[in-house]
Amino acid sequence: MARPSSAARTGLEKIPTPAKVTVTLHVNGVERKLTIAPWTTLLDALRLYLDLTGTKKGCDHGQCGACTVLVDGRRINSCLTLAVMKDGAQVTTIEGLAQGNALHPLQQAFIEHDAFQCGYCTPGQICSAAGLIAEGRVQTADEIRELMSGNICRCGAYPNIVAAIEAVMFGKATDRSGATGR
Amino acid sequence: MPAAGYLGKPTSRVDGRAKVTGTAKYAAEYDVPGLAHGFVVSSAIAKGRITTIHTADALAVAGVLDIFTHEHRPKLASSDEAYKDEVAPPGSPLRPLYDDRILFSGQPVALVVAEEFEIARFAASLVRVEYEHEAHVTDFEAQRERATVSKQDEDPTPSTARGNPAEAFERAAVRVNGQYRMPVEHHNPMEPFAATAVWEDDDRITVFDKTQGAQNSRNYVADVLEMPRDRVRVLSPYVGGAFGAGLRPQYQLLLAVLAARALKRSVRVTLTRQQMFTLGYRSANIHELALGADSDGSLVSFRHHAVGMTSRFEDFQRDFVHWSSLLYRCENVELGQSLVKLDQNTPCDMRAPGGAEGAYAIECAMDELAYAAKLDPLELRLINYSDKDQIEDRPYSSKQLRECYRQGAEKFGWSDRNPQPRSMRDGNELVGWGMATGIWEAMQVPASAKAVLTANGNVEIASATADIGPGTYTWMTQLAAEMLGVPLENVTAKLGDSTLPDAPVEGGSFTTSSVGSAIHAACRAVQRELLGLAQKMAGSPLAGAKLDDVVFAEGKIRYKQDESREVSVADAMRAGKAERIEKAASAAPNGDSKYSHYTHSAVFAEVKIDEQLGVIRVTRMVNAVAAGRILNPKTAASQILGAVVGGIGMALHEETVTDQRFGRFVTRNLADYHVPVNADVHAIDVIFVEEKDEEINPLGVKGVGEIGIVGTAAAIANAVYHATGKRVRDLPITLDKLMRD
Repeated sequence: MARPSSAARTGLEKIPTPAKVTVTLHVNGVERKLTIAPWTTLLDALRLYLDLTGTKKGCDHGQCGACTVLVDGRRINSCLTLAVMKDGAQVTTIEGLAQGNALHPLQQAFIEHDAFQCGYCTPGQICSAAGLIAEGRVQTADEIRELMSGNICRCGAYPNIVAAIEAVMFGKATDRSGATGR
Repeated sequence: MPAAGYLGKPTSRVDGRAKVTGTAKYAAEYDVPGLAHGFVVSSAIAKGRITTIHTADALAVAGVLDIFTHEHRPKLASSDEAYKDEVAPPGSPLRPLYDDRILFSGQPVALVVAEEFEIARFAASLVRVEYEHEAHVTDFEAQRERATVSKQDEDPTPSTARGNPAEAFERAAVRVNGQYRMPVEHHNPMEPFAATAVWEDDDRITVFDKTQGAQNSRNYVADVLEMPRDRVRVLSPYVGGAFGAGLRPQYQLLLAVLAARALKRSVRVTLTRQQMFTLGYRSANIHELALGADSDGSLVSFRHHAVGMTSRFEDFQRDFVHWSSLLYRCENVELGQSLVKLDQNTPCDMRAPGGAEGAYAIECAMDELAYAAKLDPLELRLINYSDKDQIEDRPYSSKQLRECYRQGAEKFGWSDRNPQPRSMRDGNELVGWGMATGIWEAMQVPASAKAVLTANGNVEIASATADIGPGTYTWMTQLAAEMLGVPLENVTAKLGDSTLPDAPVEGGSFTTSSVGSAIHAACRAVQRELLGLAQKMAGSPLAGAKLDDVVFAEGKIRYKQDESREVSVADAMRAGKAERIEKAASAAPNGDSKYSHYTHSAVFAEVKIDEQLGVIRVTRMVNAVAAGRILNPKTAASQILGAVVGGIGMALHEETVTDQRFGRFVTRNLADYHVPVNADVHAIDVIFVEEKDEEINPLGVKGVGEIGIVGTAAAIANAVYHATGKRVRDLPITLDKLMRD
C-alpha cells in the first residue's frame, strides 16, 4: 500500500461527475422519484437505485434481452435507454406482473413448462413475452420463435419457452419438444 | 429404497416461483449498507510488463475511493499453493494484481472503486497503463507443430496403444482419414461474473459470489488473503448459468474481497460481457483420425491424435481421444494428445470438456467410414459395438446404448433415410439426416449432507453444493420427501453456502450421484433413528422390523408386508421426546469397482439447407439418453434440451476469433459471438431409455448435465454432409464454408 488512500488526498482538485437530475418513474404502478446522474441507464436505475433486481443485466449492450421491461406497454431493452429519457413513463418490471400471490399466466406457464434453468434470463423472457402478446401479431410457434429471438437463453430452454408462451396464447402448446411421455 | 412416489415423477422446480417473480437474488443483487462499486481495468497487451499505471486522473474523479493495482494493494499470498483451487490444473495459477507481468490480453491490471457504479466505470476509462511489450504467440494453428505432451499425460497408460494400427490400416479394405477442428468457445452464461463482498470487521467477510462451488471460492480467497478459512463465508444460492466457467474462482472474487478489506466497507465487482471473454474458455482443438475397416465394416485400425491449447502458466488438458476405445471394438489402436502453449489465459472446463470435442471428431470420422464402406451409419456403430471398456479392460456397470440407438432411430424415422447424399429435399431446401453417439463419464466424488427432521414434520436438507440451473434444489427436495415420507412442501433444500456440509464444485455431471448419495445416507440415518423410536413405543406394531422392512410415506412408518402395521412419525418422535433429529453423512465412490461407469446417448439430427444461400436450419433432433435412474424427468429433459441447443451452437455458430496482431479475442460480445437464439432451435425430442444400475451408487443415477451436448455437433455435421455431399470438418459450419469450392 505505497500510495496514500483517498482520505489523505482530499486536498486534490476533483474531476466533477455530472450534476444529478430528478427523474420520476411510475414503476409497477408506484410513483418513484429518483435523483440520479443523467448517465444512469434505466436498467441501472431499477437495479441500483430502486433495488428492483428482478430486471437483469446480461450484456449492457442490447444484445441479450435480459433487461427487457415494459415501458408504456412496449417491451424495450432497459440497458439501451437512459432513465432521464423515460421521465414520467409507466414502467412494468417482472416484480409488477403478479397480482399479489397470484402469478401472471406467463409466470405460471414458465414454471409448468420448465421454461428456464438458471433463471437469469427469465424475467426478461417473461416481460418480452408479455410485450409480444400485447403486440398481437403472432399466430404461430415459428413467429413466437422469431419475435422472441431478442432474448437469449444460454441454458437453451427455447422449446419450453415457446411452449409456455403458446400455452398462454392459444391454451395449449403445439411444440412437440421435450421428454417423450412427459 | 422405499417408494412414496416423488422420485422419477416430473416435478416443477421448487425455486421456480422465485425465478419467475424476480425475487431470486444473484451475486450482484445484494443491497448492503455502504456498498462501493468496483470496475476492472483489463490489460491491453498479451505479453510483457506494466511499466507505469497512471491513476491520478481517475483518482481525481469525485466519488472515487481508491484504485488497486499491483503497486497498491493489500498483501497477497506468495506461493502457488495458495492460489491453487480445488480443480486447478498443474502449473502456476494467475495471481490477479500480484505483479507487473502480463500473461494474456484482458488480464486484470487495476480495480477502480467508487461510491457509484457509473463513477467507477468512468474513472476506469481514465486509468492509463504503459507497457513494455514482448512478442506474443497466440496462433494455435501456426504453433501446432510445437505441441508437447502435457504434465498430466507424461505417463500414458499402456492401453492407449494396442496391436499394430499402422500395419492394420495398410491392409484394411476400407480406409478414411481426416482432420477435424473446433475453435475456441466461451461459456457466456447470461449472468456476468460478480461478487459482492460484505465487510463485517477486520477478521471476517461474507461474499456473495458467482461460483459453482462456494467452498472452493471460500478456500481460495481465504488462502490468497491469508485469512483463516472459517472467517470467510461464501454464498451462491442462485447462479445465473456457468457451464464450467464457475468451477474455478474467477478474479472478481479476489478483487472484491481485497478491496473490501482495504477500504473496510462492502464492495461489489461485476465483470462486463467483454470481460467475460477474459476468463477460461473451451480450448481450440485439432484431431487427426485414421480409421481402417474390413469390407463388412469391422474396425481393424483406429488412430486418433488430438492437439489442444493451454496457457504458458498452466497445463489444462482434458481427455479428447479415449472415447473411441469405450465405444468401438478394435484390436489395433493408437491414441495420443498434446498441448500448444500460448500467451492466453488458461482454458477451463466447458460442458462435457474433452468428450464433446473428441466425440465430434470420432463420430464424424465414423460417418465418413460408413459412406466409404457403403453401410448405414447406425449399422456401422452396431457392427463395432463394444460391451467392454478397452482402456481398463472391464465391463460396464450398465450400458443401454443399443436401446438408445433403437428408440432414437424409431422416434426419428431413421429407416426412411435415403443413404445417398443430396437425395432428399423439401422445396428449395436440401434435407439431411445424420446421427452420432454420445458418451460421458458417470463419476462420483466424495460429498456430505445433513438432514434435519423436526417434530412438526418439516425437513431441512443441506449440502454446500450449487444449483447453476440443473434443478439441484428440486431433486434434493424430492429425495428427502421420498425417503422421509413427507410432502414436498415440507422440505427445504439448502445449498450454495460454504458453511454447509462439504461438497465438491457442481460439475462433471457428478452432483446428483455424489451429493445424492450423501443425502441418501443422511436420510437413512434419520430413518434408522425414527424406526428405533417407533420400536421403543409400548406394543409397537413395528417391533422386530429392520429398516429395509419398512417404508416411510404420508408421515407414517409402515411395514412393507402388512401396511396396517404402522406408526406415525409424529407419534414416534413424541414418544421418544425427540424435538428434532439431525443427521450428517458422507458418501464416497466405491473404490474397488470391477466396472466402468458411463452414460450414453444416440443423437439424430435433421437439417434443411437452402441450396442457393447455404443457410442451415436444424429442424429436428432426437436425443435418446441412457443415464441410469432419472430422478426428475422434467428438469432432466431440460438439461438434455439445453445441452442439445449448446451443441447446435457448437455445430453452426460459436467461434471466438483471435486477432493475432494483438493476441486478443475480438469477438467479445453477443453480437460477434453468436449463440443460438430462439429462432435457431426447432423440435428437440428427448428420450430417457430405461437403465437400471444397482452397482453404481445407492440411487442408481449417472447424471445428465453433459451427455446432451456430446455427439450433437457430429450428428448435425453428418446431416449437413448427407444434405449437401460436402464434408465440412472445421466447426462452426458457417454458410461460407458450405459455399466454398
